Amino acid sequence: MQRGLLGIEGMERADIELVLETAFHMKEVGQRDVKKVPTLRGRSIINLFFEPSTRTRTSFEIAGKRLSADVINFSSSASSLSKSESILDTAKTLDAMDPDAVVVRHQVAGVPKRIADELAAPVINAGDGAHEHPTQALLDLMTVVEEKGRVDGLCVAIIGDIAHSRVARSNIHGFLTMGAEVRVAGPPTMIPARVEALGVKAARSLREALDGADVVMALRIQGERLSGAAFPSIREYAATFGLDRAKLRFAQDDAIVMHPGPVNRGVELSHDLADRRPSVILDQVRNGVALRMAVLYLQAGRRARAQEPR
Amino acid sequence: MLLADAEIRRALLRMAHEVIERNGDLSRLYLVGIPNGGVPLARQMARNLREVAGLDALVGMLDTSLYRDDALLKEQRPPLRPTEMPSAVDNRVVILVDDVVNTGRTIRAAMDALLDLGRPRAVQVAALVDRGHRELPIRIDYVGKNIPTQSGDLVKLFLAGEGAEAGAPEAAMKVLLLRGAAGEGA
Repeated sequence: MQRGLLGIEGMERADIELVLETAFHMKEVGQRDVKKVPTLRGRSIINLFFEPSTRTRTSFEIAGKRLSADVINFSSSASSLSKSESILDTAKTLDAMDPDAVVVRHQVAGVPKRIADELAAPVINAGDGAHEHPTQALLDLMTVVEEKGRVDGLCVAIIGDIAHSRVARSNIHGFLTMGAEVRVAGPPTMIPARVEALGVKAARSLREALDGADVVMALRIQGERLSGAAFPSIREYAATFGLDRAKLRFAQDDAIVMHPGPVNRGVELSHDLADRRPSVILDQVRNGVALRMAVLYLQAGRRARAQEPR
Repeated sequence: MLLADAEIRRALLRMAHEVIERNGDLSRLYLVGIPNGGVPLARQMARNLREVAGLDALVGMLDTSLYRDDALLKEQRPPLRPTEMPSAVDNRVVILVDDVVNTGRTIRAAMDALLDLGRPRAVQVAALVDRGHRELPIRIDYVGKNIPTQSGDLVKLFLAGEGAEAGAPEAAMKVLLLRGAAGEGA
């Protein structure tokens, strides 16, 4: 498997399968009384978060700690990241401390790649702008495998703001690579014009997207990423694309409902659906830790060049 | 081929008798196979213990990959294998079962993994083949066969025939020696 994890696009199916398989073994570690193995003892992982995040950062932090790594968190509000030091200077400074992996989140697409080009440490993208969020897609695939026993041949409907969602992009690539059929639906302004070039079907209505779906993935409506004019009112969105048990009837009887969290209750999902099966939101969170342990195990320590002599 | 199915089964039967001789309280036995090779052997030893002494020994499997001292030495990380421990190890007499013991490093890793799971009353080691190139002070309590080899060789248990994929009891077992097939430290 390649060094670093910047995106799902272009990732080989065999590599995705290796990560998922490793993650299922890591999940067993998380079910023990002592949820810690010594694999990354003495190794350090830097969480470099330029964009606020509690869930993903915590998930990576727990994953690293369960592997016995030292995890150091840098977030934009608490460090020189807010003192207008350039991104690359910050990254190079951190790299000089010889970390074994750097986890990067940034509000601008492509920043993890720019950082990776400069660093000896492998870089793991924890979300960049509207580009990719590879560990989210991998944990979603893991959850589907756990629920359905496979991905191949399943029908997956992704509902919401496809155009601005890195979760959607990564999942589209991931599910297609693993052999699923993918449909997207959302307000017309949120469906990219050339989305079908990716190999997905752009459904004209929620009902058409849900018809016979095995997996229904609702995306978070991100107020902070929207320019007002392109978006209908929240109430209109909830009425048209918000999922509840009545609308879910169009999907397969055993369809599962996923959401990357945090849920806007009553918007993307009804209260009832947010809390109970067939939604598997907390399983996604649980699997996220195991999946990130797998990625750190497969990546940490694979520095591009030997450490420079002092 | 170093060992054929009949020889392996004979050795495992003798080892089961030795386990019975060695241990006073047989009710606390827990056979723990180290994947992949140790798992079918642990299961066969458990069947032998049942036939010979009417014992219902616990059987589990314990992956050592995350405890190996060489896990991070290579770019491509060793694949993980299943850990399935049906019961706690506390106060049990655990017998770690592996197909081949050579340097002793896998057994060291297995002991650390085991002790993270709890506090066994005692830990013993059973190996079908002892190659003898020990790099750590590890002793084998039950040996199927001592076989001198060169350190670059690969020695491994294989299952063949009906039910081999599923590790069924009737699958034929054999131990093969592949000259020079092992990397450094295997």
